[in-house]
Amino acid sequence: MTSQQPPFAVEKSLDKWPLQIQGEIVSVEGTDSVACRLLEMGILEGEPIRILGYAPLGDPMEIRLRDFQLSLRLSEAQRVTVRPAPLPVD
Amino acid sequence: MDNFDKGSGPTHGRPFQVALLGNPNTGKTTLFNALSGLRHRTGNYPGVTVDVRKGALKANFNGTDHDIDLLDLPGTYSLAARSPDELLAVDVVTGCFGESSRPDALVCMADASNIERSLYLFSQAVELGVPVVLALSMVDLAAKQGIKVDTLKLSERLGLAVIAVNATKGAGLRELKAAIMEAALGKVAPNAQMLPEAVKSTQAELAKAWNCHPGFVLRALVDEGGEAEKRLTAQKGATAVAELHAARQKLTTQHQIALPVLEPRCRYPWIRKQVAGTVERSQNNQKGFTEKADRWLVHPFWGTGIFLLIMLFFFQAIFVLAKPVMEWLGELTDGLASWVGGQLGPGPFNSLVCEGVIPGVGAVLVFLPQILILFAFMGVLEDCGYMARAAFLMDRLMARCGLSGKAFIPLLSSLGCAVPGILSTRVIENRRDRLAAIVVAPLMSCSARLPVYVLLTGAFLSQTWWLPGLTLFGLYMIGFVVAPLVAWTLKSTLLAGEKPIFMLEMPPFRVPAVKVVARRMVEAAWEFLARAGTLILASMVVVWALLHYPSTTPDGKYWPEVIEEAKGEDRLVLLEQWKSNTILARVSRSLDPLWAPVGWDWRIGAAALASFPAREVVVASLGIVFGQDPEWEETAVGEESEKRLASRLQEAKRADGSRLFTIPTALSLLVFVALCCQCVSTLAVMARETRSWKWPAFTFAYMTTLAYLGAILVFQVGTMLEGWIRP
Repeated sequence: MTSQQPPFAVEKSLDKWPLQIQGEIVSVEGTDSVACRLLEMGILEGEPIRILGYAPLGDPMEIRLRDFQLSLRLSEAQRVTVRPAPLPVD
Repeated sequence: MDNFDKGSGPTHGRPFQVALLGNPNTGKTTLFNALSGLRHRTGNYPGVTVDVRKGALKANFNGTDHDIDLLDLPGTYSLAARSPDELLAVDVVTGCFGESSRPDALVCMADASNIERSLYLFSQAVELGVPVVLALSMVDLAAKQGIKVDTLKLSERLGLAVIAVNATKGAGLRELKAAIMEAALGKVAPNAQMLPEAVKSTQAELAKAWNCHPGFVLRALVDEGGEAEKRLTAQKGATAVAELHAARQKLTTQHQIALPVLEPRCRYPWIRKQVAGTVERSQNNQKGFTEKADRWLVHPFWGTGIFLLIMLFFFQAIFVLAKPVMEWLGELTDGLASWVGGQLGPGPFNSLVCEGVIPGVGAVLVFLPQILILFAFMGVLEDCGYMARAAFLMDRLMARCGLSGKAFIPLLSSLGCAVPGILSTRVIENRRDRLAAIVVAPLMSCSARLPVYVLLTGAFLSQTWWLPGLTLFGLYMIGFVVAPLVAWTLKSTLLAGEKPIFMLEMPPFRVPAVKVVARRMVEAAWEFLARAGTLILASMVVVWALLHYPSTTPDGKYWPEVIEEAKGEDRLVLLEQWKSNTILARVSRSLDPLWAPVGWDWRIGAAALASFPAREVVVASLGIVFGQDPEWEETAVGEESEKRLASRLQEAKRADGSRLFTIPTALSLLVFVALCCQCVSTLAVMARETRSWKWPAFTFAYMTTLAYLGAILVFQVGTMLEGWIRP
């Protein structure tokens, strides 16, 4: 939790990462239907992820998962924790 | 046992029922069209607001031809239903709409380039107790991205047929049809175990207790607060709900199962197991074209700029490209009217055809080029994948007034016509969001309002060069301002509820298919022509009759003949004498107290009343009331006829001799037309799409009220201002 930690160990929610960051999904918070929707769409633990962009006014955001691109609002992105990963998304 | 059952359906003597299931953007519609050809009809399911298409086809299996009814279910990512429409697939499979429409087999469409996520829906489908065939699309695209699917191996592992298809090229269709028949005749449902034993047994117990299909029970059990639970509550009452809650409680406490997320948590591991070894991925670090394009297209600055340019081009195209064709159609109509007028002898029938039917229907037909361009443009944007980007860019702005980003395109196309606009709200899954978009769509200034705008602006508001443009802009702004306000009001009152989740797949960019775009254009054109041929025609006949009869002078002569014999100015005086005694005029005159606050007389009131079925009629009705017979003046063709009507309006006098149309009067009529819901087709489409007359009735009421109040406001304030400027 401190700045001493190496950068790849930093975990932050998806809405707090800068553009073009390569990462890996660490967790999806919650057991409700919103979490279910995120999981159904393939936002799963261990999946590679890249942030592609933010719409005007900063919301929603576009991400790339392994095989497809998706846009979601920051309110939902908050539930997704991501850590930078050396493996690129293809 | 009869083995010579040739050609017909299964033992119960009907075509085999097959349902097509798949994610949006997987080429499902293309496959459906390729399989069923052009012959399909729209299925109608009670309580469902989406169109479900049904197509008939023949499939050959083991030398025998079989009839199949193919049902195209709406594209979805999951069977978990958040609205009645989304429960449709489960309802169809569980025989909710009767045993006869219950499928003998399911075809599940999966995108090979996005195999894991598209197998999620498939993993739900294989548990429904119906034989399943997996159709794989986009195999070429997947190969380009380094994804190779071994269909044979996958088929072996899943225990069902896996067929690679390319619907555009027609590849794999024969194999798919044979596989469908093999599955339907074999009657063997896949046997897949993904969910924990505790859930399975609970599902079976509840299905027995409630006498329900297990497929429905699973939805009620797992989707907390979802559509299946709502229906269970409505149909089975409190005991069932108590049992449901107890079962969920037991699963959570005794088995540590977190319910709503249970499914993806169990299904994705299963999917990964099936895919391991059957789907090969070569490491590919290249960013695809779509991702590179998106760096520009969804960029806050460049993306917005490109978006605005595209929209500008869109509007320019609608007006500039359509203009010559519209003018030509307009001249054709005028020419036709005068030619037919010459052929027919004088009399009521001549008047009906030349003053009612031809100009009325013609005034509508001139919009056909606009409709075609609008749909070509929308078809291209949608098929190439840009629509999702537009929704993405506009989402924040639309969310502020309680609409979804996906409502932007429907509202934009309502600038052409609210009918396709309302039809295109189908992309909005959330029911409340969709209703809000439907209810405000007719507030956008559609192209049918344009002729009135142009006529009145040209006649009364073009004293300086900048005034007409500003007025036209202001009239369009009325829609842009009022629609979000109404949407916001609705979403905080009638349609209040939690903010729906916005998740939109950004499909890969591709070259739009000419076939798909052409099909959309043709369908839209047909719908439009059918409307012009029925509704507009009928209302023009009625309006003409109401403004024609009684058609005899007090001394028993036929009015048009009397006017024909008169000279110059007398004609107008006689015309007014005749028209002011017709049925619609009498009605309108009895409503005088209603017109006084907005500054109209009976003639404007009659035109406004006449245009309630279709606002296109308003110009033609003004023409009938104020007299615009092309025979009277020789120069009267095309644009000239419009100028003539404009000068008639400018010269029109009130009973006391003052000018009828002052600037406030013209503005109050313009504002009224801008805000009023004078369009039966819009209301009919609304009723069809919401499956209720409640919403069209509401829309009609609120828009008419707004229009009247707006007209009063403009007239009263305008008159006051005029008094200050010219005391």
